[in-house]
Amino acid sequence: MSDEGELDLRSLNDEELTQQIHDDLYDGLKEEVEEGVHILLERGWTPYKVLTEALVEGMRIVGIDFRDGILFVPEVLLAANSMKAGMFILRPLLAETGAPRLGKMVIGTVKGDIHDIGKNLVAMMMEGAGFEVINIGINNPVEKYLEAIAEHQPDILGMSALLTTTMPYMKVVIDTLKEKGMRDDYIVLVGGAPLNEEFAKAVGADAYCRDAAVAVETAKDFMKRKHNQMAASA
Amino acid sequence: MTLVNVKPSEEFEFLNGQGHVLLIACGALAREIVDLIEVNRWKAFDVACLPAKWHNTPQYIVPGIREKIRANKGRYKSIFVLYGDCGTGGLLDKLLEEEGVERIPGPHCYAFFSGNDAFKAKEDDDITSFFLTDYLARHFDKLIWSGMGLDRHPELLPMYFGNYKKVVYIAQTRDEDLARRAMAAAKRIGLDYEYRFVGYGELADEMKTRA
Repeated sequence: MSDEGELDLRSLNDEELTQQIHDDLYDGLKEEVEEGVHILLERGWTPYKVLTEALVEGMRIVGIDFRDGILFVPEVLLAANSMKAGMFILRPLLAETGAPRLGKMVIGTVKGDIHDIGKNLVAMMMEGAGFEVINIGINNPVEKYLEAIAEHQPDILGMSALLTTTMPYMKVVIDTLKEKGMRDDYIVLVGGAPLNEEFAKAVGADAYCRDAAVAVETAKDFMKRKHNQMAASA
Repeated sequence: MTLVNVKPSEEFEFLNGQGHVLLIACGALAREIVDLIEVNRWKAFDVACLPAKWHNTPQYIVPGIREKIRANKGRYKSIFVLYGDCGTGGLLDKLLEEEGVERIPGPHCYAFFSGNDAFKAKEDDDITSFFLTDYLARHFDKLIWSGMGLDRHPELLPMYFGNYKKVVYIAQTRDEDLARRAMAAAKRIGLDYEYRFVGYGELADEMKTRA
């Protein structure tokens, strides 16, 4: 998707610039994405509009091409780095201007597992979609999840694992929530390369999310249902 | 302790197409499997390998093995699969149960080379270890460095390896050149290095049982 030669981003109109940011994200061009974000802000775009229309939409396209086998992990990571750089600019502005909040998520990799690439991608995309995300990192025993839940009172608990040997630990966490009578208070989403829907059902999660884009859509869907239920019971 | 012969032999050459037990294996084990067949003069086996690069894309493993099993069922007295779960999340075992085929026990080759129990016993200490086998030490550049895009984008190194502390080379053979390569790989990705000679472990035992 790269164009040859230097391109003056300021010479582009808003629509062209947004498209160019999508392309730059796709190509993992961090500095160009940063510049594009600054220009849109200078033109009076709200931080939320820049986030959703330029960055999130760009990463959505990256996600589709990853799913279809057109892009591979290194390219997705470069795109993610570029989006991260854009979000770094927007985050304080979003806090100031008050962007819509869809819900809150605690997310972490389970005990025994130090893999966090996918988990961090999900955290970033969830944040981009309007969720407040508390990322508790890697190698989390059940106590750490419970601590984070108690402290942050999230709507969603996200768990990730890359290893066949560590993914069963998700059941330990979910069973502990059940024992404490807390399971139904949270939407539990699980993900990671060796997981599948059948496994998610077997451990008692609400859903398996095969990638970051699916995680965002699933989370939005569950939050909608939660609000509908609350409205119905009010 | 293994009772399988692991000393080199020049008197027996493995020839595919003559055995009555088909071993369906990861390509990353091909050299070790053929070495074991030759040094032990096992005549029972034929070997069908699937691409070692699926190490990075385990979603291809189950369909690939299914195809191999179905293409060869009835042509052999038995089929045995030399794959760990290898990131298939239990789907490989589900397939093998459906097909009535067994595999070597263990989550991955690091475990069955080390011995599954021994590997499990060190699991907590090894949580931040990145394992190399002979195959991975030999093909580090292609499979890991280029395969993960680090040749083109070394800036991704912290994202891939930031949580690891050391490279553990679990050696199948005593090969100084491979040990040097493994050490260089550790240096290249900025991790400490540890050498453990484990030999062929349960790969040899399981093959002997079926020879």
